[in-house]
Amino acid sequence: MATDRIVGIDLGTTNSLVAFMQGESPVVIPGDDGLNLVPSVVALDADGQPVIGNSARRYLIETPERAVYSIKRLMGRGLEDVKEELKLFPFRLAEDLGAGEVLRIRLGEKTTTPPEISALILRQLKRNAERFFGEAVTKAVITVPAYFNDAQRQATKDAGRIAGLEVLRLVNEPTAASLAYGLDKKQNGTIAVYDLGGGTFDISILKLHDGIFEVIATNGDTHLGGDDIDNLLITIALDDIRGDMDLDFRRNAEAVQSIRKAVIEGKIALSEQPSIKLDVELPGGKRYRREVTREQFEQLIQPVIDRTVGPCKQAMKDAGLKPEQIDEVVLVGGSTRIPKVRALVKELFQRDPHTDLNPDEVVALGAAVQANILGGGSEATENMLLLDVTPLSLGIEVAGGVTDKIILRNSTVPASATQFYTTQVDGQANVAIHVLQGERELAKDCRSLARFDLRGIPPMAAGMPRVEVKFLIDANGILHVSAREQRSGKESEIQVQPSYGLTDEQVEGMILDSFDNAEEDFRRRQVIEARNEVATILAALDKGKKSPAWGHLTTDEKKQIAKMEKALAAVNAEEDYTAIRKAIDALNQGTTRLAELMMDSAVSTALKGKTMDEADMGEGPTAPHPMAKAEFE
Amino acid sequence: MPVDYFTFFGLPRKLNVDVAALERDFYELSRKLHPDLNARAASKEQEWVLEQSSLLNDAYRTLKDPIKRTQYLLLLEGVELEEQSKTATDQARATGETKKQIVPPDLLEEVFELNMQLEEVHMQKKMGEDDPALIEEIGKQKLELEGKQESLFRELQGYWNVWDGMIQREQNGQPVSEEERRQERDKMVDVLNRRNYIRNLVRDVSEALEN
Repeated sequence: MATDRIVGIDLGTTNSLVAFMQGESPVVIPGDDGLNLVPSVVALDADGQPVIGNSARRYLIETPERAVYSIKRLMGRGLEDVKEELKLFPFRLAEDLGAGEVLRIRLGEKTTTPPEISALILRQLKRNAERFFGEAVTKAVITVPAYFNDAQRQATKDAGRIAGLEVLRLVNEPTAASLAYGLDKKQNGTIAVYDLGGGTFDISILKLHDGIFEVIATNGDTHLGGDDIDNLLITIALDDIRGDMDLDFRRNAEAVQSIRKAVIEGKIALSEQPSIKLDVELPGGKRYRREVTREQFEQLIQPVIDRTVGPCKQAMKDAGLKPEQIDEVVLVGGSTRIPKVRALVKELFQRDPHTDLNPDEVVALGAAVQANILGGGSEATENMLLLDVTPLSLGIEVAGGVTDKIILRNSTVPASATQFYTTQVDGQANVAIHVLQGERELAKDCRSLARFDLRGIPPMAAGMPRVEVKFLIDANGILHVSAREQRSGKESEIQVQPSYGLTDEQVEGMILDSFDNAEEDFRRRQVIEARNEVATILAALDKGKKSPAWGHLTTDEKKQIAKMEKALAAVNAEEDYTAIRKAIDALNQGTTRLAELMMDSAVSTALKGKTMDEADMGEGPTAPHPMAKAEFE
Repeated sequence: MPVDYFTFFGLPRKLNVDVAALERDFYELSRKLHPDLNARAASKEQEWVLEQSSLLNDAYRTLKDPIKRTQYLLLLEGVELEEQSKTATDQARATGETKKQIVPPDLLEEVFELNMQLEEVHMQKKMGEDDPALIEEIGKQKLELEGKQESLFRELQGYWNVWDGMIQREQNGQPVSEEERRQERDKMVDVLNRRNYIRNLVRDVSEALEN
């Protein structure tokens, strides 16, 4: 049976985290490396197996063509959208991509899509949580930038499904952060959340009212973040190298990644130090060295961080508020550690921003709070409710290529609008509808969300049918459309052609490809893990039999052990995890004395009382562990 | 036809609305109807919740805003505001005017002048020139227009009171003639059209001044 445990996930451009509500406060679940942040890096190892997170990072430099990062930038995007990105990011797109198609990326010898890569990251987080809880985790709340459009949200939801997670809610990142902050200070007032992350920028203004977190206005830029700062620094380094050393590494992925690593470290250090020295080893053995002062750095990034000013002003204007009417400002996202960014926020809102919570973790913590609310709440989240808005206006294309806005931006979601359509020709059975998202007047300047075909309109004279089309944006910010011809009462069939989205069939196919989606798979993995343990204990026993300690056991004891060993081998051939587990425990018990004797004769008394398994292998994890145990010498 | 927004909040079809009380009701109903608080319900129930909470949000968004509220009431009263503006557009076209909406006669001269000035600012921007005197003049006109918008809103509120009185009479069992209803309706449509026109003008001017 599935449990009701719901985790909160921050699927970030640079790092991803999973958190849950432990009692009254949200906590981040660490990975098997003990670290809270899982870098959003996916690589394929030499065998074509995916490697995720910290262990994937080295592939960025060693085999850049087998690794991918910042995939969030490509979620829900089409070829036309990402031309700029491709100049700066080493994404390798499939050659046969057409316009309006979901992007396909080459990763080593495989071709994959952004949702599938995100799914690998999500699956790693899912595993981390499962190892932590010792049981399957199938439900999650995932955060997205507030300014994500419908296609980007849908792509994120698809990624969740592919990873075997039921995505109960997509929560906007700044709003999630406000929940984490609001937990300890339940107060009324107006707060602004300034969220500058690795790849996206959001500004949200909220009204807090007795536990209700009501977003009044939101704005942002889904292509603005720390990545842009890194790219500026990388470009300078590459130019330097070309100028001074006459070496062109712009197309050398290995060199670019080495430089990237160095400038990111430098950037981070510059938040603390007045200057840093870059020192990068280049292919061919030469070194690139350069000093960067904080002053130079600040000058360099000014144009990037200035791009956050417009959205902030627009959000205040939309909220009908002046800076002095905002009570508190909260900083979220790693890039808000940069002193220049803090100074800018202070100037914009005329007050010192809050930085009490770790800007890298606060979104995941907030997602855990929201997960708790969805799961039925607890004392800590009692009375808490999030009322979020749609960041972009929803429109439909009307005659002359003009956008007719039917749901305005900053409308509280769920929100709906109804439109009526009729036919132009006698007996016309179909009507085409083009749905758009954006603020511009002309359809061509807005984002195309989908083209719908209303079908099966009963034959009538032109202008007679009255087709009612209902557009509904749900609490995830995702659009649903339904239609009915009013005169006949007939439901019209809607055929959705998502722009840059995966079809349901495609997602289903990808779920089947993934071997990690259901309870069944969790059990299968448990069996595999138990078998690894069996191999370990049998190897240890073999070693024990060859040790002098074996001779000190009674014949009876030896017989018992042989019996248990046989039993273990028998259940090991079956698929029953519990039986294998029991047999392992039994053998462990039965070999306690052998272990003791071995230790007495060989090692220190400090290890006394350990069973065979532990004596030979060191302390094992208490919860199921997807990895083989570390070697122990 | 699903339940209308006034009925949803248990309000009579009056135009003076206690917005603070409306907000309280909105929060209270949100605590019952929001999908987040019903995430564990059966899927049929969740569908209903989604429907109801979108209705709640749509209703609150419409009723809390005085102009949207008035437009919505007129819609319920059978006025097709879009038809209205379509007619206006056709009329404007027939008279050779390119504006979407018909210019209120008392503004005709002023608007003509203002459009010329905006055009000039636009040209100057293109040429990289700057005429502070002109900008100042347009700024003054903007203030004037905003004043007009204000006074039109007060005029509208006057009609609200007449309308609400009429509804009250109806509630008290006194009949209201269709003719009277239509007259009050038309007054509001007229003032809304004029106000919309000025609002668009203010927006154009603001854009010209900002860019």
